[in-house]
This record gives sequence, C-alpha cells and structure tokens, in this order.
Amino acid sequence: MSVSTNRTARVTRRPGDGRSLVSTFVGYAVLVFFSLVFLYPFVIQIANSLKTGPDAAVNPLSPIPHPLSLASYERVFFGTDLPLWLGNSLLVTIIVTVGRVFLDSLAGYALARLRFRGRRTMFAAIVAVIAVPGVVLFIPKFLVLNQLGLYDSYAALILPVIADAAGVFIMKQFFESIPISVEEAARIDGAGVFRTFWSVVLPMARPALITLTIISFQGTWNEFPHSLVAVQSPSLFTLPRGLADLVSGSLGVGTQYPLKLGAAVLATIPVAVIFVIFQRYFIRGANEGADKG
Amino acid sequence: MEITSRSARRPLGRRSATRENLAGWLFLAPVVAVLGLFLLLPIVMALWVSLTSWNGQGSPFTGKVPFVGLDNYTRLFTRDDLARQDFMTSIRNNMYYVVIVVPVQTVLALGLALIVNSRMLKGKSFFRSAFFFPSVTSSVAISVVFLFIFANSGAVTSLLGFFGIKGPEWFSDPRGVLHLLLSGLGLVDADAPPAALTGGGPFGLSWWEWLAGPSVAMCTIIILVVWTTSGTFMLMFLAALQDIPVTLEEASLLDGANRWQRFRYVTLPMLKPTVFLVLTLGLIATWQVFDQVYVMSQGNPSKTTLTPAFLSYQTAFRSFDYGSGTAISFVLFLIIVVLTLVQRWVMRERSADAGGGRGTRQRRS
Repeated sequence: MSVSTNRTARVTRRPGDGRSLVSTFVGYAVLVFFSLVFLYPFVIQIANSLKTGPDAAVNPLSPIPHPLSLASYERVFFGTDLPLWLGNSLLVTIIVTVGRVFLDSLAGYALARLRFRGRRTMFAAIVAVIAVPGVVLFIPKFLVLNQLGLYDSYAALILPVIADAAGVFIMKQFFESIPISVEEAARIDGAGVFRTFWSVVLPMARPALITLTIISFQGTWNEFPHSLVAVQSPSLFTLPRGLADLVSGSLGVGTQYPLKLGAAVLATIPVAVIFVIFQRYFIRGANEGADKG
Repeated sequence: MEITSRSARRPLGRRSATRENLAGWLFLAPVVAVLGLFLLLPIVMALWVSLTSWNGQGSPFTGKVPFVGLDNYTRLFTRDDLARQDFMTSIRNNMYYVVIVVPVQTVLALGLALIVNSRMLKGKSFFRSAFFFPSVTSSVAISVVFLFIFANSGAVTSLLGFFGIKGPEWFSDPRGVLHLLLSGLGLVDADAPPAALTGGGPFGLSWWEWLAGPSVAMCTIIILVVWTTSGTFMLMFLAALQDIPVTLEEASLLDGANRWQRFRYVTLPMLKPTVFLVLTLGLIATWQVFDQVYVMSQGNPSKTTLTPAFLSYQTAFRSFDYGSGTAISFVLFLIIVVLTLVQRWVMRERSADAGGGRGTRQRRS
C-alpha cells in the first residue's frame, strides 16, 4: 500500500505536466462510462421489478418505478414455486459448500504435506481433472446418476459436486505456503495426523478457507447445467433452474417482465451481499483461478 | 550411542511412514471417490454410449442396445442429412462467437485494467468492484435481465430511439451480420446471393451460409458474455500490472519513452504470460457457451444461436438420441483440446521471438 502512495506522489507531482490534468479527466470519464455500462443493467433489473407491466414496457430505461408496485414480488412468492426453489438452492448450496471446504482441505493437505505413495500421480490426476471442460460432462453425469438410481433426487444435486479439483488445488497451494515448523512441533508433542491438521493447520488456513467458501458458495448458488441433467421434478429445482423454466415456459412472454426480473433479483441478492462484504476474497479467488492456469 | 539411537529411530520412522501413507490416502479418499465416480466413470460410460444408439429407455449397458460403432461420429462429417447440417451450423455459429468474444473481452479487460491501475486516479477499488461484479452473478439471472434489455420494447431499443435509430428486433432477427455488412457495402445482394456462393460448400453448408457471420440474435449473447467476463480478466491483468517493477517504468521514463512506447515495449512484454492465459481461458470458455443460449434463445431464430454444447444437450435430452448427443460433446472436447494446443504452439513461437530480438534484455545490460 505504502509503495503505491509513494508512486502516486512522485509521478503526479512531476513539474510541468499540464497534460496530466487532461488525461486524468479523460481517465475518469472512461471509468464512469464503463461503471454505468457494468452497473446500470442491475439498476434496470431492480427498478423494473418494482414497476407495473405497462410501465416497464413504456419506460424500460427509467430507474424510478412509476407507480411503485410490489405486485411482481407478491406474484413471485405466492404465484410461483419460487419459495421452494429458494429453499432447495439454500439447502444444496450450504451442504455443497461445507462439503467442499472440508473435503478439499483434507485432500489439499495430504497433497501438500503428507508423504504417501502415489502422491505425485494423484496430484497430476487432479490437475488434469481441472482441465476437463464441464460442458463435456452433461450427458456423462446424467448417465452415471441414472445408472446409480440417483437421478432426480437431492443426492443427484449434491454428491457429484461435493468435491472439486480446483478447490483441492487452491488448498494445496496454500498449505505449501505456511511454515512447516508449527506442524512439526505439534507432531513432536504427539498429536496425530488428523489432530495436527484439524487443530493446528486449519486455523492457520483461514484466508484460504474463506476464499474457498466464497467461491464454492457463489459457484453452487449460480450452478445451472448440473441441475438440468441431475433432476427433472419441479419440486427439486434450484433457483437458476426454476428461473430458466419461468422464463422459457409456462408464464409466457411479454408483459411478465417485472415478475421475471423480480425472480432474477432474488437469485442475484445472496451473491451480491456476499460480494459486497467479502470483495477481497472474491478478488483473491479470481486470481487463484489465474494461478492454476 | 550412535547405533542404539539409529536402531531406535528406524522402526519408529517406518511406523510413522506407514501411518502417514495411510493418512494420506484416507485424507484423499473422499475427493478421489467423488471425482472418480462422477467424472472419470461417467466419461468412460459416455464413450460407450457414443458408440450406441441408446434412446434413454432402460440401461445403455445391456446387450439389447444397438451398437453402431463410430457411426455417431462419422455421420456428423460425412452423411448428407439434417444432423450434419445442424452440427455444422452450430460449429459455424460458435466459431464466429469465439472470433469476436475472445479478442474483444481481452482488449476490453486489458484497457480497463490499465485505466484502473493508472496512478492519477482515485477510487480504484470502487471501479475494480464495479467492473468485476457482473462476473460473480448468476448467468441465468443475468440472461433474464438481458432478455428484457434487448426486448422489442426494451432498454436498448428505447436508447437507440433517443438517437433516432430504429433498432432491430434482436431476438427474432436471424440475419447474419457479415451478410448485412456485405450487402450494405453493395458487394452482394443479401436477398439474392450470388450463385457461386450458394451452389455448394464444405460439409453440407453453402459458402454463403458459412460466410453469414453471427446473427443479430447471436450478437446479444456476444454482448452479454463480453460484459460478464471482462471483469474477471481485468482482475488478472491488474494483478499482473501490479507485479511490474516500478524501476522498470522509471527507467523507461528516463530514457524518454512516451506513453505508447512504454506500453508497447515495457508493459506489454511483461504482460505476455497473462495475455496468453486470458486468451486460453477465453478460448476454452467460449467454446462451451450454454447457459445463455438455453435461457435467451434455445438456438433460435433459425438455428443461428445453436452451439455445439446446446445441440449436444438438445440431441440427447430432447430428441433422445443419446449416442449422437454424446458424440457431439466429445467432438467439442476434441476441438477445445486441439485449439488450446495450437494456441500454445503459436504463442510459444511469438514469445521466443520477442525474448530473443527486442528491447528488454539489451537495454538492461
């Protein structure tokens, strides 16, 4: 941080740089323009979910609903299965996130610290798995769920995604970065492998655990194609699946936009809240993604 | 002394090694089980299914399911029927999609990162978050928003109306942008294309069809995806920019390099690995576009937003031709792998050139 402020001071105060004022202005203009481009769609989304159908059709750009109407949310909650989808999404997301954080750290720790036969091979295999494009797995996943008799159940929504290779990779990298001396001290004191992991190493891994929790939550909450090939009963739909069904299906097109946008707002809110609180970790998560490439 | 201590240490060492071996596998077991059962096994099963004409009834692993060999694969390229035409159309659509999305999102991400990173400006973290936010939201939810924004009575149409432009009916417009451009320039007449182009062409599509460009409807998906993914890539560029040593830029300032020269000969070479990464990730992701197609267009209008990923889904789960659907997804897999390798090879040549010939090394000495 201090380095960057130093840099700022040094460069902006260079004498005789009249042009920098102009370029500062242009810089801000570009930034403000793109902020509008990137954020205004969300303003439109929220504003129009609070409008009446005709108002949304006539003034789609206006950020102010006129008149303000909560009718679309009323219909979303009482006229559709959305409360059910919301519940399913919460249930699946929480279980998967907890599962991933625990299982991925166990595996990451083993790959980072424990010497066992086949460690290198297993690590190479996990890296290879990260590279498999998800789109190739749609039909295969359905096949295996079908064959195991899990198709169209909560287990189908949860089990296939309860561990992920990228998370193992992130945790392994992190465990390798913390000094080994603390663990060795614990081991000399007679703590077993799991005990050392659980009460010594994991508490030190907080930043990585938070990062992994957040990317797992976000990824699972937004997950769409998996639910498409894992379940078919509307009672098992997650929110994205239900939303997709709402848009393409029964309720028709045109005047229903406030309703659809309201449902979309509800699907966006949890991740948005977490984003605002844990921005740092989101950004770290994105760059972890960069490191593994 | 020595002997006793060594003999005392060894059995203990062996015992703890055995314990560690066991612990290692126990720790790894759940992840291995999940990935094996729901990733590796399914791929093997799917390889088998792609050699059959299973229709979804019963189990695909009984003797009753007809075995068709490589037919599901070869028909995509050789047989003159609707399946090949759909597949080739989806390849064409996705090709144009990739060719536009990947460079545009890379340049946009780099540009935004450069501006956000600029020292003169404050509020860096706000802008960074603003640009990144779309990347973390649900692809389905955001597709719904764009459906509204590009609807006939939607925001874009009324925005264009402000400037007196009558926008197209985005989602129902199957006209190819390249066709529109060519006829706009007066080179060809889109309503009566030249016979030389419509007469024939590779893989069952005429040259005219291959040269359509992305349809107007596809452009909305292109805009949506560029909009959602640029933020993530901007973060990667930002991280890389912050790793560039300040001294390097100061040295170039002293050398009297202007802003463009500094970017071209100092910043860009340092960013080369990140550019490569962003292009690779972009290429891999764009060939898999699915969610947006599912929500916004389902491949319509006139199959101009059909992509191999969606076609594979549609063939299996809607037409119950699981063999063909699986074959399409494996061909797609192959396309992604081959393109990634080609790109890696091309970029390696380039970076070898840059490292050997130009600038940085000579200047430093």
